[in-house]
Amino acid sequence: MRQSIIQWFRFGSPQSFYPLAGRMIPWFWAAAAAFGIAGLWLSFFVAPTDAQQGEGYRIIFVHVPASWMSMFIYLVMAFWAGLGLALNTRVSGMMAQALAPTGALMAALSLWTGALWGKPMWGAWWVWDARLTSELILFFLYLGFMALQAAIDDPRRADKAGAILALVGVVNIPIIYFSVKWWNTLHQGSTINMNKAPSMAHTMLWGMLLMALCFWMYTIAVALVRVRAIILERERHTDWVKHAVE
Amino acid sequence: MQWNSVGEFFAMGGYAFYVWGSFGACVLLMFTEPFLARRRLSEVRKSLIRERLADELELQQKTQ
Amino acid sequence: MNAFLATVRRDLLLALRRKSEVLTAVFFFVIVTSLFPLGIGPEPGLLKKIAPGILWVAALLATLLGLPRLFAADHSDGTLEQMALSPSPLGLLVAGKILAHWLLCGLPLVLLAPVLGLQFDLDASTLGILTLALLLGTPLLSLIGAIGAALTLGLRGGGVLLALLVLPLYIPALIFGAGAVEAHIAGLGAGGHLSLLAAMLALAVFFAPWATTAAVRIALE
Repeated sequence: MRQSIIQWFRFGSPQSFYPLAGRMIPWFWAAAAAFGIAGLWLSFFVAPTDAQQGEGYRIIFVHVPASWMSMFIYLVMAFWAGLGLALNTRVSGMMAQALAPTGALMAALSLWTGALWGKPMWGAWWVWDARLTSELILFFLYLGFMALQAAIDDPRRADKAGAILALVGVVNIPIIYFSVKWWNTLHQGSTINMNKAPSMAHTMLWGMLLMALCFWMYTIAVALVRVRAIILERERHTDWVKHAVE
Repeated sequence: MQWNSVGEFFAMGGYAFYVWGSFGACVLLMFTEPFLARRRLSEVRKSLIRERLADELELQQKTQ
Repeated sequence: MNAFLATVRRDLLLALRRKSEVLTAVFFFVIVTSLFPLGIGPEPGLLKKIAPGILWVAALLATLLGLPRLFAADHSDGTLEQMALSPSPLGLLVAGKILAHWLLCGLPLVLLAPVLGLQFDLDASTLGILTLALLLGTPLLSLIGAIGAALTLGLRGGGVLLALLVLPLYIPALIFGAGAVEAHIAGLGAGGHLSLLAAMLALAVFFAPWATTAAVRIALE
């Protein structure tokens, strides 16, 4: 038991995490590609045409995974940030920093695909639906996190300040979601029920799950690439870095 | 399989712009982002290698 | 507790010596709310409908205006460092500074809001709800804003960055605060909104000074 804890802490140091990440990256790329191909095949060739929304509903296969990932990444980011704050492990902060751009990308994709879905279905690019609005706020939270880290030159301070912001954000996200939902039900002007979106056939659910897995693996892979870059940038004056690059 | 022809597949029942706009944006961004991340990594690597070469050259000149 | 009150007193005295800084935020609040009818048109029905939102957004921005000064002066002259080293807990001193900030930047808005509400043709009971909502909401804004102010302490472009960090977190306060007034106008009763606002305030009173203190310590490292 003790041995394994020490093992984990060993991977908390950039020096041992850098090669480990390098070995893991190809596997995650492969998994992302495999899930992606299977998911795309299912979403375009197996899933039946929807009775109400025709072929337009197929946007769901990227919209929902992107939304899921954008929320999930924020949680993971806050987890790493909190871990870094609590245990003072350097890699944790770097992981949080590496995840933020991908999270922002997912939020942006979710908004973009949401707009493209909304236009044919509801006749408007944007409606102030509770979920869309929360997603937009989540996007702002990512931007704030990245802007704060970019503004701080000292990486240790950037990690810690970012960690506090991420944790404050995580506490606030449920409150924000709840308040936006409340606001949405109060203003019945723009009632559009997203829940009556296609009644899920099993194949649709599977397609969505496979695409979500693809996005997940993609996120891990790209975050690992970025964390390697961050490790080298920050540790460039140490001896091991000079020997790590050939 | 509900597609009778390639044209029908690309037309997406009239929703071509929306469906391909969504999937296209995802594909585009999800290829661009890893590309940018990789470039960032390789640039750090390159500059580190350059630094090391400079160090070695300096060392050689000193010993000569 | 003495240290807490001493900090509040000190910050209030300092602010009274530089009155213009406090007055700027108040004038900003007045001017912004007066601009909206000019931009939208003087139709009373419409103005009445948008009044809660406008007054709340203006209050939000006015609070934001004073936030960078919350710690900046004490940071640049080293007072903050002395506070961190002093025997009384830093959290208490930070809480005192937040309270002083609210008394200077939040309370004047609360007191002014009923007057400005008259511009929008709000009746007496609505003005009462508006004031009550702001009374519960502005401390919340100061508390959340303090976290952002501490995080951006001494950074370049701090003011704009602060807005980017803090404004998304202000959204629940805005929704429930403006919602309380709207619900009252619609005859639905503002009780639910106000109690949710109070609940968020209680939560923030508990956690925000703590998070702010942690952020101040990081900035001082």
